[in-house]
Amino acid sequence: MQRIFTRPQALTDVPFHYCPGCPHGIVHRLVAECIDELGVRERTVGIAPVGCAVFAYNYFNCDMIQAAHGRAPAVATGVKRAQPDAVVFTYQGDGDLAAIGTAEIIHAATRGERITVVFINNAIYGMTGGQMAPTTLVGQETTTTPRGRDASYHGHPVRVSEMLALLDGTAYVARVSVHGPGHVNRAKRALRKAFEVQIHNLGFSLVEVVSACPTNWGMTPVEALRWVEQNMLPYYRLGEFKTPGQGEA
Amino acid sequence: MAELVLMKGNEAIAEAAIRAGCRFYAGYPITPQNELCEYMARRMPEVGGTFIQSESEIAAINMVYGAGSAGARAMTSSSSPGISLKQEGISYLAGAEVPGVIVNMVRGGPGLGSIQPAQSDYFQATRGGGHGDYRTVVLGPGSIQEAVELTMLAFDIADRYRNPVVVLGDGMLGQMMEPVRFPDTPPPSPQPKPWATTGTRGRGHPNIINSLYIEAEACERHNQRLQEKYRRIEREEVRYELVDPEAEYFLVAYGTGSRICRAVIARAQAEGLRVGMVRPITLWPFPQVAIEQVVERARAFLAVEMSAGQMVEDVRLAVAGRCPVYFFGRTGGAVPTPQEVMSRLKMIVEGRGGEL
Repeated sequence: MQRIFTRPQALTDVPFHYCPGCPHGIVHRLVAECIDELGVRERTVGIAPVGCAVFAYNYFNCDMIQAAHGRAPAVATGVKRAQPDAVVFTYQGDGDLAAIGTAEIIHAATRGERITVVFINNAIYGMTGGQMAPTTLVGQETTTTPRGRDASYHGHPVRVSEMLALLDGTAYVARVSVHGPGHVNRAKRALRKAFEVQIHNLGFSLVEVVSACPTNWGMTPVEALRWVEQNMLPYYRLGEFKTPGQGEA
Repeated sequence: MAELVLMKGNEAIAEAAIRAGCRFYAGYPITPQNELCEYMARRMPEVGGTFIQSESEIAAINMVYGAGSAGARAMTSSSSPGISLKQEGISYLAGAEVPGVIVNMVRGGPGLGSIQPAQSDYFQATRGGGHGDYRTVVLGPGSIQEAVELTMLAFDIADRYRNPVVVLGDGMLGQMMEPVRFPDTPPPSPQPKPWATTGTRGRGHPNIINSLYIEAEACERHNQRLQEKYRRIEREEVRYELVDPEAEYFLVAYGTGSRICRAVIARAQAEGLRVGMVRPITLWPFPQVAIEQVVERARAFLAVEMSAGQMVEDVRLAVAGRCPVYFFGRTGGAVPTPQEVMSRLKMIVEGRGGEL
């Protein structure tokens, strides 16, 4: 019998703890497939965030470090500078990366650290129970915006990819989604490119994955995917914002 | 014999770190420790190491956490307000058992305070400083020569116990110049760190650096293991100096404060008073054993600090009511003079000791 589909080597045989309909499992798998295909698992060091993906160190079958909230890019910087041959990635959510860790992500990017950042943007704080994130859309209801996010009161949602693409230290910045099979395939290609950029020493790379949070959005998984398409994608435009050798798109 | 060189304290500590095999430094400028940062910027590239001027103290300590996790001898330095920012990361280093060296050139506080030397970060350094039940080994050098030796020792202790180690100096020690002799022994060859996150190659299984234990019982077991380690450090790493163990009155002071006390001892002895000194070199673990050696014959202890009285609490705990413990201190960056300490001492000798 020919085996055509197996668990990537870069994933452990541990069941994910994520909620039904949460795309973390898909993205974990895509990252693991990239690591396997590039043959770098034995020199990969991953950095787990604070947030829903805090247990990522249980799921990736490579060396892993758990970082303080928002500090993953600083931790990754220390690892990469101490072990330049290592392939270093961080896996961060929007609360971790775009709020408490804004300084760390901007400065790791502007230094052109040779790391790859996987940024999961589901427009809400997941682990702490559905509070407003920096990426929460205007009008979106959360536990701390019970009447919907009001830009004049709560401020505007931040577009991380567009912002980081402006920095000279970034080599590859893309925003993808995983709300359908075609998008999953495109997300995989972007993630692979981001790791290749690091392996070829070209600079900082980041892939933002527009994601869903059915639990905290109060939706079924299917409704959540529809909400991604109808509400998030018009604001968080998909595409490559920067590729090596090219300025900001 | 190694050559005697005249060096500023901050620079001597930086050079000592490099000679101890430190190859990763991340820091952020703050007075009065800037020369340390600047020296590292010049020297690190010469020895194939990394210098990063980080975007903040928080980032710097987290870079140390990353580099330390990846097996490097890593260091950061700052002064009081910057050390407060680093406390988050120091707690993580302690919790995840990652070695790292943190230099604090203490200045007057609280808040922005002053840039003059102080010892008011004693509580913060010796009680953990950040959240959670943890300890850092704290070394309090009294001269630039000792700062060199203790900085080198700090890396060994950090690696031996997989724990953060603080070198607690002050603005005086950082800014003054003294002759220094660096040991002419070569830097130690890196010890294997089979726990480090350097990639699984040749190892098979992943290494995980982590301080999260989500179940209370698991977290308690982890804490108990850490506490056992701290008890081992308390048994094995106590360092102190005892000046004139036969004396009747004992000054207790560390770092810059102990230098002032040496001048006081010389004057007191010239006046026929038997005054000695207990000088803690490890501030944590506190040298209780040094107090034990003299407490039965001592008539009184006088703790002298550049703070409102922090170490004096450890002296009282060690003395445990067996003898009066007095305090003299200046705060905010003001340095006690030998005359001030002498007159406080005389009050005690003459039975006018006043408040304990």
